[in-house]
Amino acid sequence: MEEKVIICKELTKQFGNFYAVDKVSFDVYKGEIFGFLGANGAGKTTAMRILCGLSFPSSGEATVAGFNVYRQQESIKRNIGYMSQKFSLYENLSILENIEFFGGVYDVSRKEIKERSDKLIDDLGLQKEAKKMVGGLPLGWKQKLAFSVAIFHRPKIVFLDEPTGGVDPVTRRQFWDMIYDASASGITIFVTTHYMDEAEYCNRISVMVDGKMEALDTPGNLKKRFSVESMDEVFYQLARGAVRKAD
Amino acid sequence: MKQLFVFIRKEFYHVFRDPRTLLIMFGLPVVQIILFGFALTSEVKNTDILISDYSQDVQSTKVTQKIKASSYFIVHEAVIGNREIENTFKKGQIKCVLIFPPGFSNDLFHNGKGQIQIIADGSDPNTAKTIINYLTSIISSYQREEFPAAATPYQITTEPRMLYNEDDNGSLNYIPGVMALILMLVCTALTSVSIVKEKELGTMEILLVSPFKPVMVLIAKAVPYFLLSIVNFSLILLLSVFMLHIEVKGNLLLLFFETAIFILTCLSFGLLISNTTNAQQTALLISMMGMMLPTIIFTGFLFPLENMPWIFQLIANIVPSKWYFIIIKNVMLKGLGLKYVWKETLILIGMTCFLLAIALKNFKIRLQ
Repeated sequence: MEEKVIICKELTKQFGNFYAVDKVSFDVYKGEIFGFLGANGAGKTTAMRILCGLSFPSSGEATVAGFNVYRQQESIKRNIGYMSQKFSLYENLSILENIEFFGGVYDVSRKEIKERSDKLIDDLGLQKEAKKMVGGLPLGWKQKLAFSVAIFHRPKIVFLDEPTGGVDPVTRRQFWDMIYDASASGITIFVTTHYMDEAEYCNRISVMVDGKMEALDTPGNLKKRFSVESMDEVFYQLARGAVRKAD
Repeated sequence: MKQLFVFIRKEFYHVFRDPRTLLIMFGLPVVQIILFGFALTSEVKNTDILISDYSQDVQSTKVTQKIKASSYFIVHEAVIGNREIENTFKKGQIKCVLIFPPGFSNDLFHNGKGQIQIIADGSDPNTAKTIINYLTSIISSYQREEFPAAATPYQITTEPRMLYNEDDNGSLNYIPGVMALILMLVCTALTSVSIVKEKELGTMEILLVSPFKPVMVLIAKAVPYFLLSIVNFSLILLLSVFMLHIEVKGNLLLLFFETAIFILTCLSFGLLISNTTNAQQTALLISMMGMMLPTIIFTGFLFPLENMPWIFQLIANIVPSKWYFIIIKNVMLKGLGLKYVWKETLILIGMTCFLLAIALKNFKIRLQ
């Protein structure tokens, strides 16, 4: 039996009469690349906020990396990484300084920071740029760097919120190579995306519609179930039924 | 603790690498001090006046010499008619005309009454009043020297003294006000912008998802700006002492203590502003424009608060810089101790706590 790193049971988030997340249940396994799809307004962000320890669910149960989302938010935060579609490193800090800062925030020891950052810069081939300001790097490199920083403290799970928005296809491909590497090293990837070609790269995909999880399976099985050729059509068939409008 | 240190170091990198921040932080005080210290002075120096002497006798010449000897005036001499006086003012250079009527000495000795007419350009009332005061006092001191214990044995003479400002140094009143203004602008604007910047860039999300506590974000933001503001204040103080020759009469430690409290008030204001907005420009606009005018008007260093309608006097009470201004004036210029300013100090502390409480309460954890 594979180890489960995220367990959700009937997870619900209610704002007044509005169910942003409505009795959602799913498990995510260790090292898995888990695609989290849904149209805008389907409740993805709300669910992700709960799993990241930023807000409390209204009812239901969930554990992330073995910690309870009601009582152990602090421990959850220590064990996850996060990267958003917005580029989120400091532009007027050098690559090294950014790494040192985020390493420091996650309480990585100084010695570890030194060792890991040397290796990271070697791997990315950024030796010459290490002391240059991040602001001057091309966008593709920035995103790769941001991902490396997000997993720098060796989290159990990394949440990627539309990480490849605005990036060219070649860089996106390279970015997904990094994701595969991270997954192979045992880090669980929880990723939201609007690119259906990227959805195909995931081990399993979930699709949220109006706060409910309407589908959860491998890309291959989903295509079979809906008897269509591409994930695009799977998503379209599911999302078409949505009542809620994106805000 | 180590996390906090890492964060504070990062903030210093931001400050020292951003020329605009540095300019606001250290350029603004220097410019303001120079502007208020030298340009904005109520003193009248080297003013052009015209003496129109119809009598040209011993006494009128002596008075003229006496006026010439003072450093306040550049004296032009020409005998002009009544109609020409207005033309002279219209040209703008001459601010005052002094007229000795014909037979000035004669009148003085035989009728016991010599008359001099002073006509000033009233379109600038403050300057005009000051000029007239200067001229009157020069003439009356001439009279005392020339005719000691004159005809009337009973004389009342006034002996004015400007306590705490014996040299009539005009920048004296401005400096504490400028200090309040600069600290208010710099602390509030820079703190709010630095937090809102993180929101705008998306780094705030990353910080909130990290184990770093949100309250610590606020502390880490406040510490560098607090330290920089203290440095800033020292700079203003040095400029005032060495460039504007203002003597610090009070306890320096007390001065810094009071300033530290005021800086905290401003920082809390900055934090509060940063909570209510998501764009750097909005934050800057609120803190610069929104703070500048009330500070200038209600602090009382340009316009005396006592002359305002009661409603404005009431409003002035909620402007923190008003209290700071009073404290600094008392401590720096009069040399008073904490015993005399504890009330104002308590008010500032109260305001700080109040602002800080709202700021912390409103600091929302947001992820969008």
